[in-house]
Amino acid sequence: MRPTFVNIGERTNVTGSARFRKLVAEGNYPEALSVARQQVEAGASIIDVNMDEGLLDSVRAMTTFLNLIAAEPDIARVPLMIDSSKWEVIEAGLRCVQGKAIVNSISLKEGEAAFLKQARACLRYGAAVVVMAFDEKGQADTLTRKTEICTRAYRTLVDEVGFPPEDIIFDPNIFAVATGIDEHDNYAVDFIEATRWIKANLPNARVSGGVSNVSFSFRGNEPVRRAIHGVFLYHAIAAGLDMGIVNAGDLPVYDDIPFELREAVEDVILNRPRRQPALSNTERLVELAPIFKGGKSEVKGPDLAWRQAAVAERLAHALVHGVTDYIETDVEEARLAAGRPLEVIEGPLMDGMNRVGDLFGAGKMFLPQVVKSARVMKQAVAWLLPFMETESAGQERKSAGRILMATVKGDVHDIGKNIVGVVLQCNNYEVFDLGVMVPADRILDEAVRLKVDMVGLSGLITPSLDEMVFVASEMQRRGFLMPLLIGGATTSKTHTAVKIAPAYPSGSTTYVLDASRAVGVVSALLSPTEHDRFTAETTAEYVRVREQFERSQDNRGRMSLADARRRAFATDWSRNTPSKPSFTGLRTFEDWDLTDLAEHTDWTPFFASWQLFGRFPAILQDDIVGQAARDLYADGRRMLDRMIQGRWLTAKATVGFWPAQADGDDILVYADETRTEVAGRFHTLRQQMVRSDGDRANLALSDFIAPVGGPPDWLGGFAVTAGHGEIEMAERFRQDGDDYSAILATSLADRLAEALAEALHRKVRTELWGYASDEVFDLEFLIGEKYRGIRPAAGYPAQPDHTEKAELFRLLEATPRTGITLTESFAMDPPSSVSGLYFSHPDSHYFGVGRIDRDQVEDYARRKGWDLATAERWLAPILSYTPVG
Amino acid sequence: MTRTDRIAALKAASRERILVLDGSWGVMIQKRGLDETDFRGERFAGHPGQLKGNNDLLCLTRPDIITELHDAYFGAGADISETNTFSSTTIAQADYGLEAAVRDINLEGARLARASADRWTAAEPHKPRFVAGSIGPLNKMLSMSPDVNDPGARSVTFEEVYQAYREQVIALNEGGVDLYLVETITDTLNCKAAIKAIMDLEDEGFEPLPIWISGTITDRSGRTLSGQTVEAFWNSVRHARPFAIGLNCALGADLMRPHIAELSRVADTLVSAYPNAGLPNAMGEYDEQPHETGHSLHQWAEDGIVNIVGGCCGTTPDHIAHVAQAVQGLAPRKPAVRPRAMRLSGLEPMELS
Repeated sequence: MRPTFVNIGERTNVTGSARFRKLVAEGNYPEALSVARQQVEAGASIIDVNMDEGLLDSVRAMTTFLNLIAAEPDIARVPLMIDSSKWEVIEAGLRCVQGKAIVNSISLKEGEAAFLKQARACLRYGAAVVVMAFDEKGQADTLTRKTEICTRAYRTLVDEVGFPPEDIIFDPNIFAVATGIDEHDNYAVDFIEATRWIKANLPNARVSGGVSNVSFSFRGNEPVRRAIHGVFLYHAIAAGLDMGIVNAGDLPVYDDIPFELREAVEDVILNRPRRQPALSNTERLVELAPIFKGGKSEVKGPDLAWRQAAVAERLAHALVHGVTDYIETDVEEARLAAGRPLEVIEGPLMDGMNRVGDLFGAGKMFLPQVVKSARVMKQAVAWLLPFMETESAGQERKSAGRILMATVKGDVHDIGKNIVGVVLQCNNYEVFDLGVMVPADRILDEAVRLKVDMVGLSGLITPSLDEMVFVASEMQRRGFLMPLLIGGATTSKTHTAVKIAPAYPSGSTTYVLDASRAVGVVSALLSPTEHDRFTAETTAEYVRVREQFERSQDNRGRMSLADARRRAFATDWSRNTPSKPSFTGLRTFEDWDLTDLAEHTDWTPFFASWQLFGRFPAILQDDIVGQAARDLYADGRRMLDRMIQGRWLTAKATVGFWPAQADGDDILVYADETRTEVAGRFHTLRQQMVRSDGDRANLALSDFIAPVGGPPDWLGGFAVTAGHGEIEMAERFRQDGDDYSAILATSLADRLAEALAEALHRKVRTELWGYASDEVFDLEFLIGEKYRGIRPAAGYPAQPDHTEKAELFRLLEATPRTGITLTESFAMDPPSSVSGLYFSHPDSHYFGVGRIDRDQVEDYARRKGWDLATAERWLAPILSYTPVG
Repeated sequence: MTRTDRIAALKAASRERILVLDGSWGVMIQKRGLDETDFRGERFAGHPGQLKGNNDLLCLTRPDIITELHDAYFGAGADISETNTFSSTTIAQADYGLEAAVRDINLEGARLARASADRWTAAEPHKPRFVAGSIGPLNKMLSMSPDVNDPGARSVTFEEVYQAYREQVIALNEGGVDLYLVETITDTLNCKAAIKAIMDLEDEGFEPLPIWISGTITDRSGRTLSGQTVEAFWNSVRHARPFAIGLNCALGADLMRPHIAELSRVADTLVSAYPNAGLPNAMGEYDEQPHETGHSLHQWAEDGIVNIVGGCCGTTPDHIAHVAQAVQGLAPRKPAVRPRAMRLSGLEPMELS
């Protein structure tokens, strides 16, 4: 494993950033602060502040800036590096920071007395120190000088000052190589070897360096400089370099540096023997350098070649590879070449998007890549828009069609819908997205107003199915003719064929399995030539599906509810004593540590939400989707870091335990241990299928709780959310035209909520309920659900009735405690939320209720205090029969 | 016993058992129903402005009461009693115009506590008593602006805070305290100024005394008033190599517990906890009963997360008697052993591993 390397942000350094210097000189501290904030948001784990500039009052600038940072929690979160060559500036900085900072730097330059005094002060102010390899004779350049000075400084610090060795960081001086002066050729090697020596011989000390010095002779050729930094760091980190001042965003991956360049750079850095007698390593690199010199903002080493191509090809490349870096330059070039901006969109950009579409259709590109392409497209169009407006030719952009999309009333989930929207936009459809929780009349009013060609409905929770049927019937009533698309996790071809399509006979209703099918379906439906054939095929298919469904209704054997109850799961309560939780009542966790959750994320469903199927981490090595998965994973990790470091989300949880006993298929929850006052009642549903193996019980969740009259038992409940802030977060990205990041962030929030539910369940098992205090901790083990106890959620197979969440929320005081609310369809808002019950029974396990007969629906309706029709509506997805009316 | 002997005895005792600190001073003084003349005494009879409520001043004007309180807490079983000098810095006493009296208050506060402790040690040599010099927070903070419209402004400088603490620390040292207790820390930078003042005294030939640091988590956010998490706070003050690190005030035992558990996890030194007697009720009074406090702290001791326990606001000698009873015979926590690593902090901790 390679050691970790800490990037220290350098943009709040007046010697390193002209922009920052200007801001400080002008006294524009608000803007200077935003530079610091950007660095933290971009993932800097330490920020370096340097105010050493001849014309500045450095003491005052340092004091002012650090005091201002102290008032900004999102910046002050991270430790500071107080960077100055003047001790009085360092001391001024130390007097402003409550955290433990790093002083950069002190040295033996002015002799031992001054060094001792400054080191002692650093210790008493409570700071770590960077010690430069510098003594009375000057800066150390050779390996011997470096190790000599560092040893002397180390011994003085540790033995005389009592400085903790782990708080010492050596900077053994990075000097420029490839200067043309032979004596400089070994500078990089000297640094790397000094690093290795320090790590081996000066226990616990760290090594740091200012990386950009090494490439100083290639000023003006940023791609080559970056390659030099990449190669240098690769070797220095392997030798033990712990941290460095370096512009993190600019670093190429070592393997991505073109081989020829990498080899030439490596020869220079490692001062290898020359390959050609006539050409020194430096000369060879100097000769090679112009080839790799690109535009100022060029980033990726390996992709340099495509920059040589014609502009249309460059645009296509940018779209296919999702590269936004040059898009504006290239689009501008294309615009100047074209007669009108619109021609750029309809010409090269659409050609590029068609290529994306083809690759996607052929399975050579994958969803995350396509969404990135859409981001490039959006930026390109955004660049052209002002020109198109000034042109004001009044010509509408010709789109392939207009599509309205919405998540139906009562439902808040929109990741899938957003993906479909982006994919459609990539294919030149105009998409009008009404968002989530949109009532039927608004969907239809907007469809009329916007003159759309088609309506797409999305939903994730089962009650949304009914709402979709309602929207379809409203379309029928209002005389719509346009096609209706159905999609979302809870929808199915069967439900669409059996319930929705019949409600809207005037138009065609089509189920769309996933985003990759959306374009095919939409284009067929809007095509004058293919429309009839396609709808006829769909209609015929849905007839078959309906017939199949009817048959399956008859074939599947079910037993009466009375018989099923006789076959309930039985526990010998004389031998089983339920475990008592460590407390009863409620406990709330206000601000759960997201870092911890990120570590315990189950990534497999994350990939599935992007339609990359396979188990993590094996999926990263998959022959077909591996590359897409690796890119998505890298983007996901980066985004996760930003979300956590930026504190975009707040995770909250509440958990409750109550004395409980089963009462038939219900579970009674008591106010206290006297078990006299019933505080609440959960209803559960029982499997009615006839078992082929006669031994297996017909389960209901209530079977896992001791019955009234049995030994005292307890039930737990929980509601967690990682979603406070998710809407705002996604909206910010969307405002910037970055749907990819918006969807990425939302799907990660979802994962965090699941990880929180897992983490809390583990805490419950090992601590709060505590029946498994010796459980081992292992992610694979957790994901495999090999532990004792379950946490079934309402709306899932073991209890398909979403309305049970209402009782849970009431008992948990979930809304006031966690801020999660329930919609009229009992979806949780914010969407990245999870709730459910806890059972501790050693034999409790997850199961599916399956379809139920009318006798149980009638019984359930009576228990819930509903009429039959209400019960049939909420239980619609699991009814074994078609209700009357 | 010389002070060197006492410090050795303190360290030895801390390895053998859970030590007990005293309880609140404010509430106990309030209960006496003192009036303005009690606070003024003869010395400050003509001092302008109101002096009632300046509890530290009683070291000079009603030393009898201060001695009684030390005795009450030692009698209840406390091993350590604090000097009545919580607000005795030039900065805090400026509110009363009493900057000039600061040195005398600290000196006298230390002597009163010293005399009481020595009496108890003489009477019960098997259980020596110790004096902690109380160094409270200031009403001015170095990390926060007094003006919401000017976040970079500060009502005081590091140098001023440093000098104020320096004066207090010197007087406490000369007055005979066994250790310094920098407590109720709301702003870590103020605390760091105190630490620097204490450490710098070594250069001037003052006898180095153990430092005990106790921060305050102000609410359920789990952060200090200046915004640090518990671990970040610990990283910020660890250079003092404190004898003990802990939390006090603001919270009752139930809400303080997770933060003490966190400190216990990270601190390679003794951990102390002296919570309030619950949260104040609508009348600003503390309702938690002595046996309840005792019960909570008993649990902490059983769980091995504390080395020193006591009480803050609202606790009385009766509370301390219950606490002493509750932790008697229970093993002290073992300081955390963590691999050496550079541990930095901003508002949050950062570890280079």
